[in-house]
Amino acid sequence: MSTANPTDFFVVGDEIHDTKAPAGPIEQKWSTRKFEAKLVNPANRRKLSVIIVGTGLAGGAAAASLGEAGYNVLNFCYQDSPRRAHSIAAQGGINAAKNYRNDNDSVHRLFYDTVKGGDYRARETNVHRLAEVSANIIDQCVAQGVPFAREYGGLLDNRSFGGVQVQRTFYARGQTGQQLLIGAYQALERQVAAGTVAMYNRHEMLEVIVADGRARGIVTRNMVTGAIESWFADAVVLATGGYGNVFFLSTNAMGCNVTANWRAHRKGAYFGNPCYTQIHPTCIPVHGESQSKLTLMSESLRNDGRIWVPKRAEDCDKDPRQISEEDRDYYLERIYPAFGNLVPRDIASRQAKNMCDEGRGVGPKVGDARRGVYLDFSEAINRLGRDAVASRYGNLFDMYAQITGENPYETPMRIYPAVHYTMGGLWVDYDLMSSITGLYVTGQANFSDHGANRLGASALMQGLADGYFVLPNTINDYLAGAPFDKIDETHPAAVEAMRVVQERIDRLLAVDGDRTVDSFHKELGHIMWEYCGMERTEQGSHPRHRCHPQAARGVLEPRQGQRHERGLQSDPGAGRTSRRLHGAW
Amino acid sequence: MVTYQVQDVSPDMSFLEMLDLLNEDLTLKNEEPIAFDHDCREGICGMCGVVINGAAHGRSSSPVPTTTCQLHMRSFSDGATIDVEPWRAGAFPVIKDLVVDRTAFDRIIQAGGFISANTGAAPDAHAAPVSKIMADRAFDAATCIGCGACVAACPNGSAMLFTSAKITHLAMLPQGQPERFSRVKSMVAQHDAEGFGGCTNIGECSAVCPKEIPLDVISQLNRDLVASLFKRDGK
Repeated sequence: MSTANPTDFFVVGDEIHDTKAPAGPIEQKWSTRKFEAKLVNPANRRKLSVIIVGTGLAGGAAAASLGEAGYNVLNFCYQDSPRRAHSIAAQGGINAAKNYRNDNDSVHRLFYDTVKGGDYRARETNVHRLAEVSANIIDQCVAQGVPFAREYGGLLDNRSFGGVQVQRTFYARGQTGQQLLIGAYQALERQVAAGTVAMYNRHEMLEVIVADGRARGIVTRNMVTGAIESWFADAVVLATGGYGNVFFLSTNAMGCNVTANWRAHRKGAYFGNPCYTQIHPTCIPVHGESQSKLTLMSESLRNDGRIWVPKRAEDCDKDPRQISEEDRDYYLERIYPAFGNLVPRDIASRQAKNMCDEGRGVGPKVGDARRGVYLDFSEAINRLGRDAVASRYGNLFDMYAQITGENPYETPMRIYPAVHYTMGGLWVDYDLMSSITGLYVTGQANFSDHGANRLGASALMQGLADGYFVLPNTINDYLAGAPFDKIDETHPAAVEAMRVVQERIDRLLAVDGDRTVDSFHKELGHIMWEYCGMERTEQGSHPRHRCHPQAARGVLEPRQGQRHERGLQSDPGAGRTSRRLHGAW
Repeated sequence: MVTYQVQDVSPDMSFLEMLDLLNEDLTLKNEEPIAFDHDCREGICGMCGVVINGAAHGRSSSPVPTTTCQLHMRSFSDGATIDVEPWRAGAFPVIKDLVVDRTAFDRIIQAGGFISANTGAAPDAHAAPVSKIMADRAFDAATCIGCGACVAACPNGSAMLFTSAKITHLAMLPQGQPERFSRVKSMVAQHDAEGFGGCTNIGECSAVCPKEIPLDVISQLNRDLVASLFKRDGK
């Protein structure tokens, strides 16, 4: 293993280029594309069908919009209702270049901030389009009855968010994602009632059917009956979210397990920038081995909370209130005096890890280390008073108290970074089509809009932009070439896809191993987090570490060890080559 | 009714993590694990929900109402026997173990729980100002997560809190006015057609609601329903 050549684990493919974005200045590309895209006349739309997998902001909005347009939509989700999709958990807000604050905001500034925030790794044509349609999203959501926060004059309120100097974030208390998703869900249910969308809940996608070079269907498993079924359409859209759960512990939903994206990738869809994972610094730490998921608290806590660890490792199990001021290490204020506790997300996360690696972490021991640092509001409470702190952060303090059983007004909170969002995803062109003809990818599942780092309040914006405004104006260019050849379950590609799925399930069930599925997920996730998490070294990224011997001998799914690693490196769009690809666009 | 023993439960575990632990143990013993619904595990998606010791979502030791996923084992004493049941209501058929079918809620929304605004047809967001009081009231009703605890807690198995939360949310906003009275008629008709019981103002629904939807949304529905009888909208 130690002498393995890196190229044993991946192949270098041909360079790929986006061929759909029209030539000309970036400001005109989207209107040019909309004009040049081939159209499908309304009478022909009802003869065409589209499969959409996922019902979050990107999937639900696309299903509703394509249903309204008159296509036959088949929409799938693994939950019991489309309203459960994990877009619902987003707290902060949604950006839009409305310039309602008269503070120099514009489409260009939103574009500029997003590209710069993404470390210049986002595809600029897509980001400009995102900024252009952002204002329409707010209009659309208000028309649907989304109860955004308002001022006494009745107009919409705005707040500012990290990384920008203007106030362009629209919000609905701390539940913006929920309100936007319910808006999309209601639009979707309206189309279900109208008969344009057929909703299939409790179905998970296990394979893409690619026939004669085109994505023409999917294979699903009915999660109630276990039935494996095939479904056919003229185009397939994946709106299936990110891959944060490869790290086992993340802030993602439990069922959001990247199967759909992974199957599409194995079928030949390129994967871009899989190393770009956003780690959020202010999450509630792991309490023990049995932890199933992590909960994020708003980053705004760092405005008034001070982050510290004990100076001496032997103080780590003491009551923090007994540790005197001179024995505390306010490490962010010490190392970065200009920024203090408000350093960017990645730095705050990495330094917390460093402190814990030094043995100065606090909280319960999980495994062999304490993984937590203090976020202390005692100074803010002394300065502002308890009521003022409660009015700013009360709901977050309640959430913390509920989960940990500790009172953050009296003892310092404990925080630790956690996997939160994945910027990478399936490669798409300007029309959001993947490298498989007829397979579209929207929302977090694609790779195009956030570069190496997503700015706050941009995830909701991208999901809804793709679903409401981008896909419904690009997919017609492809569907104008339809109807394609008739296809049903007797087509060789469908037979083969069904066989492969059945065989995969049979193989797993026949293993008759002695470990549970979760124990593998936990172990592999731990390897990912330790070696490909917040910090990556050449040595740690070596296949020897990643392909853990015990995991490689796995009894339930032997290939799983290989699976994560291929996801990391095998693809031409992978992070290691992102700079070169960026130049190629 | 089956009784299971669960070892090594820590007070910091959530209720669902305790069930995970039990299921891991059952799987290793080659027994069928217990089926239960869950997804976000942060109290917002509305997918989880079981009756614990007679209370929908259980009774937490913290004063804030919770969903099942946000209930922690520190709310129970060591060695206690905990009764766990699925939501019980005629309109929520049990699929397996603790999993019930709540698609009736989706069909109530399909009956009119929306504002008909096609994508791209919206006027500017500031075209219709909404007073803060009305926006806040709409928001309070809109926080419903559709978990179904209200139905499970109601002795009549009524979904009136769920239905009227949506009615109130949309009735408070200018955008919701054109369909206001047809909406209330068709949503209530669908509610009854699904087999949910009638509301007798008991208030258990609001008491167990993890989002604290106030009981007076039901008064709003009743006012709108009565008013709708004198309007020609809907049927």
